[in-house]
Amino acid sequence: MTTTSPPPDETAEHVPEVGRARLRREDRRALTGQTRWTDDMTLPGMVHLSVLRSPVAHATITALDTADAVAAPGVVGVWTGEDLPEQGAMPTAWTVSDDMRTPPYLPVSVGAVKHVGDIVAVVAATSKTAADDALALIDVDYDELPVVIDPVAAKQEGSPLVHPDLGTNVCATWGMDSVALGTGGDAAAAIREAEADPDQVVVRRTLRQNRITPAYIEPRSIVVDPTAEQVTMWSATQVPHIVRILMAMTQPIEEHELRVVAPDVGGGFGGKLQFTREEALVLLVARRLRVPCKYTESRSESMQSSHHARDQVQELTLAARRDGTITALDVDLTADMGAYLGILTAGIPLLGGFMFNGIYRIPAYSFHCTDVFTNKTMTDAYRGAGKPEATFGIERMMDELAVELDLDPIEVRRRNWIRPEEFPYATVAGLTYDSGNYDQATDRALEMFGYDGLRAEQARRRESGDPVQLGIGVCTFVELSGLAPSRVLGGLNYGSGGWEHSTIRMLPTGKVEVVAGTTSHGQGHATAFSQIVADELGIPYDDIILISGDTASAHKGMDTYGSRSLVVGGMAIVGAARKVVDKAKPIAAHLLEANVDDLEFVRGRFSVKGTTSGVTIQEIMLSTWLAHDLPEGLEPNLDADYTFDPENFSFPTGTHLAAVEVDTQTGRVTVRDYVCVQDVGVLVNPMIVDGQVHGGLTQGIAQALYEEIQYSDEGQLTTGTLADYLVPAAPDVLRYRTDTTVTEATTNTLGVKAVGETGATAAPPAIVNGVLDALRPLGVTDITMPCTPLKVWTALHEASAHTDEGAVTA
Amino acid sequence: MRPVDFDYTSPSTLDEAVRSLVDGGDDATVIGGGQSLLPVLRLRMADPDLLVDLRCVPELRQVREDGDHVVIGAMASHHVVAHDPLIAAHAGVLGQAAASVGDPQIRYRGTIGGALAHADPAGDIAPAVLALDGVIELTGPAGPRSVPAAEFFHGPFTTDVHEGEVLTAVRIAKHTGWGMRYEKFSQVAQSWAIVAVAAAVRLEGGGVADVRLGLANMGQTPMRAQAAESALTGLSLDEDALREAAARAGEGTSPAVDAAGTAEYRRHLSGVLAGRAVVAAVQAAG
Repeated sequence: MTTTSPPPDETAEHVPEVGRARLRREDRRALTGQTRWTDDMTLPGMVHLSVLRSPVAHATITALDTADAVAAPGVVGVWTGEDLPEQGAMPTAWTVSDDMRTPPYLPVSVGAVKHVGDIVAVVAATSKTAADDALALIDVDYDELPVVIDPVAAKQEGSPLVHPDLGTNVCATWGMDSVALGTGGDAAAAIREAEADPDQVVVRRTLRQNRITPAYIEPRSIVVDPTAEQVTMWSATQVPHIVRILMAMTQPIEEHELRVVAPDVGGGFGGKLQFTREEALVLLVARRLRVPCKYTESRSESMQSSHHARDQVQELTLAARRDGTITALDVDLTADMGAYLGILTAGIPLLGGFMFNGIYRIPAYSFHCTDVFTNKTMTDAYRGAGKPEATFGIERMMDELAVELDLDPIEVRRRNWIRPEEFPYATVAGLTYDSGNYDQATDRALEMFGYDGLRAEQARRRESGDPVQLGIGVCTFVELSGLAPSRVLGGLNYGSGGWEHSTIRMLPTGKVEVVAGTTSHGQGHATAFSQIVADELGIPYDDIILISGDTASAHKGMDTYGSRSLVVGGMAIVGAARKVVDKAKPIAAHLLEANVDDLEFVRGRFSVKGTTSGVTIQEIMLSTWLAHDLPEGLEPNLDADYTFDPENFSFPTGTHLAAVEVDTQTGRVTVRDYVCVQDVGVLVNPMIVDGQVHGGLTQGIAQALYEEIQYSDEGQLTTGTLADYLVPAAPDVLRYRTDTTVTEATTNTLGVKAVGETGATAAPPAIVNGVLDALRPLGVTDITMPCTPLKVWTALHEASAHTDEGAVTA
Repeated sequence: MRPVDFDYTSPSTLDEAVRSLVDGGDDATVIGGGQSLLPVLRLRMADPDLLVDLRCVPELRQVREDGDHVVIGAMASHHVVAHDPLIAAHAGVLGQAAASVGDPQIRYRGTIGGALAHADPAGDIAPAVLALDGVIELTGPAGPRSVPAAEFFHGPFTTDVHEGEVLTAVRIAKHTGWGMRYEKFSQVAQSWAIVAVAAAVRLEGGGVADVRLGLANMGQTPMRAQAAESALTGLSLDEDALREAAARAGEGTSPAVDAAGTAEYRRHLSGVLAGRAVVAAVQAAG
């Protein structure tokens, strides 16, 4: 090297990339329709698959005749479960307890169906229409069996059994308590004590978490090309790496024979955190036919067969002193698994078990969960996965406690929450919260919201008997994010690690490829990760590109869910970048004819301390590629990879305040204002953070007000289309008012805490607390989600009938 | 699902359209904007052999003045109806109803004639046409004929359109000086109305001289709220009295029962909404 780069202009202001609200580089393609979805793929000789699904919730298949379908025009093949002896059982990755019962679950069911939408047969044809036409020609005799829909009823003796061979509908029971954990006292004893103590109160409530569905905008789609040495599967999935390994472990293909690609993916929210039977059966059929195969679900199929979520009955007992100080919390959950176990189904409620204590100092805690089978679609992860359920439970209870003690709901929380000086804080559920400042976020939220003014308006409206009542909903929350420390997962018997991987490839022209094991389906990884790498390597943002979502190019990864892409995946990228710098340093020293120890690396340039002599990383990239003049024995390679396994989860927190108006004449709930102040640690890209918060809030508010998967007593899905299952669209979304406070995470060097799941976690209790705050003076004490106009009006109607009766008898 | 195979024709004149329908008989169906028909085809709840598409028949798209009437072609989109100045001036409630249909994409595609012929009891267009006492114009093998909107709806998704006939237009007398309001109550913007009320009111001498109320989702067909109309006629403009009279909107109805509403709730809601619609219409007229 004959020249070295001049030193940077010290007078120019340096703006780090991390913290900049850059527009997302992926949006141009998305907004101009240039994205490539799986269903857009067409391959030579490709055939199309359609799936015959059960129209009944529970039956024995007594006859199944595919002869007419086989003979239909365009049909290439028809397979029942019995026709596919090579199919392997669909796996569950989380055996939560030694006695967990795992029912038989095959890509195509054999002999019996367990829910509406269960798969009975698959047709391959030369066109999708021909495949659909042939479905009608398959003759199935269903001998219908009794059905159980309600999870609590499913636990009772004598209930119809979803899987008679298991002898019970109980899938598993799981518990934890602070005595066994060594984190606190005996909750049952503390509650008994409180009951006998006039200075304490015991609040008992049964709350319901409605069953909802992720309702991602792009239906699941799968294309399998079996014609090359390595079989390629394109799938609209969040988890290409997990799909690859689970496919290899359960179906007749080896891991090295399969490449899985998640191309552009239109949303997931946990709904595409699954290894699906459709993925398995497209592969099975493609390998039989030896031609490319495609299957894309319709929205109706998605509603009845892609996994649902939540669906819990929560029996909660909270004991507290009359000053509001909590003395014990007991949680008894009944969680509806549906008919089968997906990869995380049985463990989702457990994640909540760690979070029912919320942000509070609770001296005694017990948690017990019963996972039960019903004749419904299986449940699994959805934005928050167990934690929104827990947050709902504790935050509804904090309001109930406030009412019981006639305290302001903010005040009762303040008296219990962990104080800033107590961090790191070991919780009663066995976790260690690294940092937080609940006073700061709450004070800011109260100020933005105009809390006192709204309370005064509420009093005026109550006074005047305004037909539109005002309610103020509060939720102060903490989320368990950044899944996950592998050792902790091991302790929970979870079937994988929680690390994440990245490779950084340094190109000779000074450009960089960041290879990430996480997969984006709308999160903005390409933008945020490039910002991080730009700061780490001192390379311009525009010179960095992200490669991910393909097991061939991003060979190692744990994919995207549990708010982990930044907190865990981002740290893997940082680790790889720092390794690159370490590899470049001896080369820089060689080029500068300096001692390695005398070098410093600042904004992409190695320089000899105290001199103007230096060399840029780009110069080193070219030199390394040329390899004409490298230090003796050094490989000509700057690329580096890094696998990061977090030591702890991350704990984003915040305070949400909702002003809701309830029209007592119609039952309509209108969210008039929504303020949230979140602490998600350091912001890499504030605009992406806002987007995540807005989307999460919209989904959380939708759970509280609009969305519910419903089944009839016979097990028919009665919300099988988007005309019945109400998802909000742009006109239904209000202008959220958000702000952030920052206490840096101490568990990672970026200081980040994750944001993906916070809105959906905190919004449901904030809204329901607001609705009940508006209506309690009118005698309404609870409304189960979603708080539809019908339910709100009915609750008001019943409360007023009750009051009238009371008045008469008094 | 994909629809079953069908033939498709796109005639450029009304005569041709009628001939195609007659030739196709029972198995032929008209397609307007396709916003109701296509989902039905994709769900395979219908399997016509022939679709007769009216998109290339130019006169069906027109909105025109005809003396004391406004004539709205069947193929006028909801978007056009919502923004047409003639409709805004003389039949405003129809414009309001059209503006509330589905979402912008549906409003650009969906047509007023298609909505009426589909006869969904929860649809938005019919209550407005009923409140305006509109007339449905049809053309068939026997030539043109007219049916008052009040007699047009026979049941859920069934109408007075005979085999071989095309719904060509809606004829509405100019309601100049009337006050109108469409009150739609739905859970999210793009969902069907749980209940909706279209109100048209004419004032005279400080009181209600004429009033018509069209209801959505209160029975097997779109309908008028006759008890409330009688109670309102002749009232002075006292808001409480208007609301009390309008509260009778649900009398004599047998509304749908579904997850969004019981019959009792819908009857109650229709009364509340009718009150709001009438008060707003009176203000607009005043």
